Amino acid sequence: MTVGSPASEAQRLRRLSPIRVLLTRPEFGSIVGAILIFLLFWALTGFTVGKGFMSWQGFAGYIEVAAQVGILGATVSLLMIAGEFDLSIGSMVGAAGLVLGLSITTYGLPLWLGLIITFAFALGIGALNGWLVVKTGLPSFIVTLGSLYMLRGAGLALTRLLTDGLTIVSGVGQAAAGNPLAGIFNATLFTIGGSGPNNAGGADFKVELVWWIAVVVISTWVLLRTRFGNWIFAVGGSKDAARSMGVPVARVKILLFMATAFCAALYACIQVLSVGTADVLRGQQKEFEAIITAVIGGTLLTGGYGSALGSAFGAFILGVTQLGIFFVPGFNSDWYAFVLGALLLIAAMVNNYILRRASGSRS
Amino acid sequence: MTTQPLATPAPERSTVPVLEARGVSKTFGRVLALKDVSLSVRAGEINCLLGDNGAGKSTLIKMLSGVHRPDDGTLVMDGEPVTLASPHDAQARGIATVFQDLAVLPLMSVSRNFFLGNEPTRGRGIFRRFDMEFADRTAREQMAQIGITVRETSQLVGTMSGGERQTLAIARAEHFGARVLILDEPTSALGVKQAAIVLRHILKARARGLAVIFITHNVQHALPVGDRFTILSHGRSAGEFMRGAVSLDQLLALMGGGKELTDLSRELEQLQAAGVSVEAQPAETSMEAGG
Repeated sequence: MTVGSPASEAQRLRRLSPIRVLLTRPEFGSIVGAILIFLLFWALTGFTVGKGFMSWQGFAGYIEVAAQVGILGATVSLLMIAGEFDLSIGSMVGAAGLVLGLSITTYGLPLWLGLIITFAFALGIGALNGWLVVKTGLPSFIVTLGSLYMLRGAGLALTRLLTDGLTIVSGVGQAAAGNPLAGIFNATLFTIGGSGPNNAGGADFKVELVWWIAVVVISTWVLLRTRFGNWIFAVGGSKDAARSMGVPVARVKILLFMATAFCAALYACIQVLSVGTADVLRGQQKEFEAIITAVIGGTLLTGGYGSALGSAFGAFILGVTQLGIFFVPGFNSDWYAFVLGALLLIAAMVNNYILRRASGSRS
Repeated sequence: MTTQPLATPAPERSTVPVLEARGVSKTFGRVLALKDVSLSVRAGEINCLLGDNGAGKSTLIKMLSGVHRPDDGTLVMDGEPVTLASPHDAQARGIATVFQDLAVLPLMSVSRNFFLGNEPTRGRGIFRRFDMEFADRTAREQMAQIGITVRETSQLVGTMSGGERQTLAIARAEHFGARVLILDEPTSALGVKQAAIVLRHILKARARGLAVIFITHNVQHALPVGDRFTILSHGRSAGEFMRGAVSLDQLLALMGGGKELTDLSRELEQLQAAGVSVEAQPAETSMEAGG
């Protein structure tokens, strides 16, 4: 890897140690970053153990935040590796929540049917996004920025129409109460600490943690261990080169837009069934948080390179930061956005550096 | 610079061309891209397709690789007329095209690149997966055969030199059963050493009995390896020559750049004679047409 050495190209390839290879993995930076951020906040909170930041409650808190953004981040990473963005997921969260809420309250449909309609709706919009991007050749940034606003606007207007002027659909909790299907989205997995038979005041770990792990594992498996995953890298690297090798470029992109919309709907179902109401404005800013998660996880904004697993560490960093700031004396959550922006910049620079190491000095 | 023992024609050369274009024409709107052009290549033969930029080289190879269909004339494979419906169709018939810029993806590993579009799988249903072990092993073996040792197949292709990347693409095409290799300017963006790597591999491919169409505008790269030279100029055939029957200067002149280069040389000489300092050397400029 030494620049300008007289050794042949073949020897340059041969000289790589396993450690070098680990260092060039896209998610490497996010793993180191997650450890550092965690230690930093622990230090800022005075290395206390058992309360505040370093407690089961604290842990449950940032895992919850991480799980929610992480569910979005994994498929957003795949889409970004394929060279596209999906900004519409922010309002898809709100829109899908409304579809579910209205189905089971205003229209009185059974929960299972409401869930099918919600996911079908999301997959349909995702496919439409993808189809528009592929068909028009416009940047997905613009296409999905359009659908971001259209979904939000239509969501607000239609909800007001159907609920006599409200933008929040209440009564979802009662409509779904006692339905075992709801548990798939809002159950408490286990509680640590607390007192009494119900562990009152303990740290709750909810089922969204399982969803997060499932989405990350499936995304990572698809990316690294399937033909489709190989096509994702190729499409993002160069769609013309991918096409010349027989990769179905349009199909790959459309399926990935469907995947991001599906995960936004999953997030919406978890939210709506946990909180008991559907709000059209829920999910705002999530489109950018998901992108930040992906970038911290080592995914390139320009496509062709990245990691779905890394997005999990990115999500963890987001969770730790959001709740950690709350525990640091003299700070408050106003600083969250500042720290997030700084982390994004640092991550982008680290990625750039790692990429140059990984691809040699040539490209 | 690449005079190898391999440069002698392969013995098993057949007389029936593997791939042939007979009098093909193509117009785009009102622009005449090709007019009555013929080209043929046999197994174990390298046909160098020469021409200046805009001579119609890329239109012709896009026809041969199934991207465009000729308006007039026919394509013939093994003596039988064929219609290439798509690039995929051409590939299925054993015609592999390696485009200069689209050969490999620098941010993907050697084995991922090698099997792109032809990924080996194992398992069934939702457990059907990319057989990375097989891909790594095969890619390593294939790269070793062409003289590139790969210990870490996870290494990104971006770490390889330009010559090695083109070579990888050629080896990949061969591995997946190509009978005809169409190489689009594989040496143009490369330095002398890197170009030598690629030219050596083209000769090896011929020795293994492949039919090679080598597109270039660099006559110096074509002369040492070509068995046959097809020259295009302004969309028309400017002649076909066998090895030894044509010189570098003749080729240059036929490519259409000859007159311009002679004019350039004369102009530069006049300038020099007039005492103006000229940095470019006319003698070297004339070596490469259309550069």
